[in-house]
Amino acid sequence: MSPWTFILDHRGEILSATLDHFTLVVIAMAIAILIGVPLGMFIVQRPTLRTIALGIASIFQTIPSLALFGFLIPIPFIGGIGKRTAIVALVLYALLPILRNTYVGLTGIDPAVLESAEAMGMTRSQILFRVRLPLALAVILAGIRTATIITIGVATIAAAIGAGGLGTFIFRGVALVSDALILAGAIPAALLALIADFLLGFLERRLRIS
Amino acid sequence: MIVSDISLRIPRGETLVLLGRSGSGKTTLLKLINGMLLPPKGVVLVQNCATTEWNPIRLRRGIGYVIQEAGLFPHFTVAENVALVPTLENWDAPRTAARVQEMLHLVGLDPRDFAHRLPRELSGGQRQRVGVARALASDPPILLMDEPFGALDPVTRAELQREFSALVRRLGKTIVFVTHDLREALLLASRIVLLQAGRIVASATPQEFLRLDHAEVRAFTSSLSVSPGAFV
Repeated sequence: MSPWTFILDHRGEILSATLDHFTLVVIAMAIAILIGVPLGMFIVQRPTLRTIALGIASIFQTIPSLALFGFLIPIPFIGGIGKRTAIVALVLYALLPILRNTYVGLTGIDPAVLESAEAMGMTRSQILFRVRLPLALAVILAGIRTATIITIGVATIAAAIGAGGLGTFIFRGVALVSDALILAGAIPAALLALIADFLLGFLERRLRIS
Repeated sequence: MIVSDISLRIPRGETLVLLGRSGSGKTTLLKLINGMLLPPKGVVLVQNCATTEWNPIRLRRGIGYVIQEAGLFPHFTVAENVALVPTLENWDAPRTAARVQEMLHLVGLDPRDFAHRLPRELSGGQRQRVGVARALASDPPILLMDEPFGALDPVTRAELQREFSALVRRLGKTIVFVTHDLREALLLASRIVLLQAGRIVASATPQEFLRLDHAEVRAFTSSLSVSPGAFV
């Protein structure tokens, strides 16, 4: 059977798996952004904490994703089989690009701009919210974009711990040596990544100041 | 120690030019005035109150600040940049808008043409004009300027220097102006203070300055391409 007929025949299942996959990514990204951006803001003025936070986030990135899922299963509360564990692992993966870009965006601002902001009598929080953050937004968004694309890919592996999503087709396809099954998972995942990349890239260009 | 043995009184309304080579401590002195730097020893009094006693935010809102490349906020329009301190001080919208118009006229920019532009849509000279307008917007009695015209081409620089010197006489602000350009110092200053390696080596009016017998003064006067007599 050609992959295309297979995909057409199972479009209902594939669509619902895509939706599952999408939900997994959105939840993980929302949590990663809620942790990563404030943490990035917090470490700007704190060098020791910055080294520690960026170090830990980098370590998570170096752990092979399948191993990370495996490590999390026995951990109480956040572990176990299913979506919750998968989301925790995806958040840990997405954290580094968001954290790093938030930090880089906030610190990579023209020193003359920050000097005049301080000299004009802006308070530290006014400088953060009215100058640094708006100017860093495009860079932060670039980090979110990278993290989203990574997460869409890594989320396929989450099927290994029973989190569902498009990975289910891929794992089944590998087990049954069926290209059609693998493609039924891989093509929608690739499309999701491309669409996310395009939309977030568009937003990023709109926010870029100079 | 970047600067030492500095004793300086700046009377109200004076345009004091801090002249010196790079690294002589000019910018450090400037930042001591608005509390961006605090003296580890000694005291800096602004309006009879030590900068260490001032609330730094209050101190700086009363002191205009202009730097090289202007340091305009790239995500703010010209009008928003000029309105910065009035906005921070919670002026009401009509008063702020009127003040922005007034300031832009003052620095020779037509508000209808410029108010809604972003800094990147301006020339270097126009950006510097906006920088001056922003520094003056809340009508601070003191103005600090750190080589504000340093990055401009010679023609634009001369134009801004001329206009600014006329503006200064009209406004009667107390100005501390940092430069390494003797020509600029002679044009703008009511008094020139020459710094060398963090110490004051000369303090004189522009007329007196050229006649001073000091090696560093001669080093600066010989940097003028025309005979120094032309300025006396």
